[in-house]
Amino acid sequence: MALLKSSKCIMHHLKSNKFRMLGFTSSVSNSLFSRHHHLLRTVSPPLLPNHARVKPSIAFSGRFESVCDGKQLHTATQFSNDINQLSSEAPLEEELNFPGGKVKFTPERIFTSGSDNERTQCYRVLNENGQLIVDSDLFKISKELAVKMYKDMVTLQVMDTIFYEAQRQGRISFYLSTTGEEAINIASAAALNNNDFVFPQYREPGVLLWRGFTLQEFANQLFGNKYDYGKGRQLAIHYGSKKHNYITVSSTVATQIPHAVGAAYSMKMENQDSCTITYFGDGGSSTGDFHAGLNFSAVMEVPVIFFCRNNGWAISTPISDQFRSDGIVVRGKAYGIPSIRVDGNDALAIYSVVYEARKMAIEKQTPVLIEALTYRAGHHSTSDDSTKYRPIDEMEWWRDNQNPVKRFRLWIENEGWWSDRVESEHRSNIRKQLSQAIQAAERVEKPSVTDMFNDVYDVPTKNLSEQEIFLRENIKKHAKDYPYNVIT
Amino acid sequence: MSSIFQAVGAATSLSSSASFDTKKFQFSSSRSLLGKRASCVVVRCSGAKMDGGLNQIGGRADHLVTNAVATKADTPAASTASKPGHELLLFEALREGLEEEMERDARVCVMGEDVGHYGGSYKVTKGLAPKYGDLRVLDTPIAENSFTGMGIGAAMMGLRPIIEGMNMGFLLLAFNQISNNCGMLHYTSGGQFKIPVVIRGPGGVGRQLGAEHSQRLESYFQSIPGIQMVACSTPYNAKGLMKAAIRSDNPVILFEHVLLYNLKERIPDEEYVLNLEEAEMVRPGEHVTILTYSRMRYHVMQAAKTLVNKGYDPEVIDIRSLKPFDLHTIGNSIKKTHRVLIVEECMRTGGIGASLTAAITENFHDYLDAPIICLSSQDVPTPYAGTLEEWTVVQPPQIVAAVEQLCR
Repeated sequence: MALLKSSKCIMHHLKSNKFRMLGFTSSVSNSLFSRHHHLLRTVSPPLLPNHARVKPSIAFSGRFESVCDGKQLHTATQFSNDINQLSSEAPLEEELNFPGGKVKFTPERIFTSGSDNERTQCYRVLNENGQLIVDSDLFKISKELAVKMYKDMVTLQVMDTIFYEAQRQGRISFYLSTTGEEAINIASAAALNNNDFVFPQYREPGVLLWRGFTLQEFANQLFGNKYDYGKGRQLAIHYGSKKHNYITVSSTVATQIPHAVGAAYSMKMENQDSCTITYFGDGGSSTGDFHAGLNFSAVMEVPVIFFCRNNGWAISTPISDQFRSDGIVVRGKAYGIPSIRVDGNDALAIYSVVYEARKMAIEKQTPVLIEALTYRAGHHSTSDDSTKYRPIDEMEWWRDNQNPVKRFRLWIENEGWWSDRVESEHRSNIRKQLSQAIQAAERVEKPSVTDMFNDVYDVPTKNLSEQEIFLRENIKKHAKDYPYNVIT
Repeated sequence: MSSIFQAVGAATSLSSSASFDTKKFQFSSSRSLLGKRASCVVVRCSGAKMDGGLNQIGGRADHLVTNAVATKADTPAASTASKPGHELLLFEALREGLEEEMERDARVCVMGEDVGHYGGSYKVTKGLAPKYGDLRVLDTPIAENSFTGMGIGAAMMGLRPIIEGMNMGFLLLAFNQISNNCGMLHYTSGGQFKIPVVIRGPGGVGRQLGAEHSQRLESYFQSIPGIQMVACSTPYNAKGLMKAAIRSDNPVILFEHVLLYNLKERIPDEEYVLNLEEAEMVRPGEHVTILTYSRMRYHVMQAAKTLVNKGYDPEVIDIRSLKPFDLHTIGNSIKKTHRVLIVEECMRTGGIGASLTAAITENFHDYLDAPIICLSSQDVPTPYAGTLEEWTVVQPPQIVAAVEQLCR
């Protein structure tokens, strides 16, 4: 990134740990702090005393700002001129007690640069050869967990290959693979509990897989048959499963981010020991919903994990055309959210990061932002041919050298928990299951015409019932113009 | 939105000019229990935990079946003497309904800009934040699309949020979430996730609020599958519809009108819930069916006085349910009068009136003795100047003229 870098970067850390709109006197602010703090924790708080009613139109007054015993609240510009009117504890002109914390003044006019000299560091524990880096700080995982993680990563890989092929053969209409992001999918899921709600973008079927969604269930959705939980209404790969706490994928980019925040808000209200997690890509981080969702979550202090899969590409838009910040991790600070950057191809690192993020989110009731650096090794979807906009050798380099599946395999093999034989057994097992699942799903009937009109509302309205009758009559009258297998 | 107007000013200007008493515009009203000759209104009886069906007849024991129908026979004095009730303004009725539901079901919560300690720009949520806490009555930053999305996410987890748009026009920013997620997710998830949100706020043409704050969003939203739309017009139906909307498992958009918040009416003390899909018979008649909703109801009733003096007998129906239309009530009326006049505030192109015209033509063409007349606002942004603004909204003389034309 060719940006001007100032040698003198001064950044004031405005945000204190618990952000509160405070008054100008510290004594008032402390009591308001604790009351305010209390109110955000409970569902039914005690009534506020009368003097703490809000004065909404005064600048900088907080929600529970009192009028400071009749003294006028000051704006920043008035401050230096009206020192006499402030209460006795007011500091000298060296700093301003502005809502959010003290701000030091400086006579030097310095613009903070748009970027630091050094980029935010990236947490990694396994190197490319699958070796644990010296002095790694990580949460150790058991053999069972590690093997399940690896097996699911392989399953995901094989599933992607075979379903992709099925689309190419015209058996399903659309598919979208997670090639290169298997570690993100599986390791993040492994670090969560089953009651943590997932709000996916679309490149996270591995999370469902981890939670027990079967290959048959995947296939049913792709074929849109009557066993699909979505009843054949959504595009392929738009999985959703209430019993797995995985929200149905919606094609709109990043709309799931505010959903996750709202869901976390409901968990906070009901004091649940769980969090929500939402995934999105580098492209999704440019949307308005990303901005507002992160901002809201910080203000409301809700337990949500924002997981950004920075895979370098938004269809054909490289990240250099997407933003000019140091990735997405630096944005967390802008909203007051603790953030971390992690190697997206290191399953162990991802596991540790999500594990800790979850604890933090729930115990401290705070959002957390995770940026995983990775690569979209496949095409955006079956409707895309990425060789048109990026060099093949770039893709091959990532596939070979940064391949998360290979890396993790090296590690578990070193631990003595895996072998070639088990690998080929597992792969051929999955392939067989997949081909059976596809054949079975293909043969199952599609949903009936009734399912076209159900669930628009809880009970169909009169006009919908009429429309259904009209359609059925048409199908009967002109049967040869409709697909032979439409079920009425 | 970039501009935050002084909403309080608009509300008070109305109250100073004329404190509407809805009784003036009702030729008769019956508030008696278990209606005498009037047809009875169905109460939505879905409890908090159960899925109610649409159009369920007969309430449960704990709900009252009360009249929302005005009959000619009973005089106001007689009916109000039998049951005192209490008087309040429309925005207070909305608040009462909201508060009763929040009391009844701990999952009901409110979110929107300035709904918390400010009490809402029209004071509908006043007093709720101190009572229920600022988590249940949540002030949001200015990002309509995102806090609507938040409400949807919370609803999918089991909460029942009421999302307030400070002005309905601001919900244009929330169109993506409303159309693509709110209306769709129940369907595309195969019924696994439901979205029992209520999206409400003031809309319509006010008093010189400028074009951006005078939008009629019901036009734009009416096509979205999966949502229901209702418009309230009196304190009585405001409270009843608010409660019904909250109890509904479908996403419901409740349209309020900026100029109607200070209407005063006496409403029952007992609890009542109205049916979301029903229209309200305001004044039965024989000569012509006038279909209207929200603020235009009052212009229609004003015109009705003139018409009665001229010897006409108009039947006035407040359609209330904008999506879906109550074609049952409307159809029965058309079969009786054979003439239809639609009076709306939407713009001519693509408004509620346009859809209603189409629906009536399709279903009741044989019963019509004359083409349907639809009076709407012009296809212009609402001008600011008072005179221009008045001309952009349908006025009673136009209504009278239209009826005279229909009944020729």
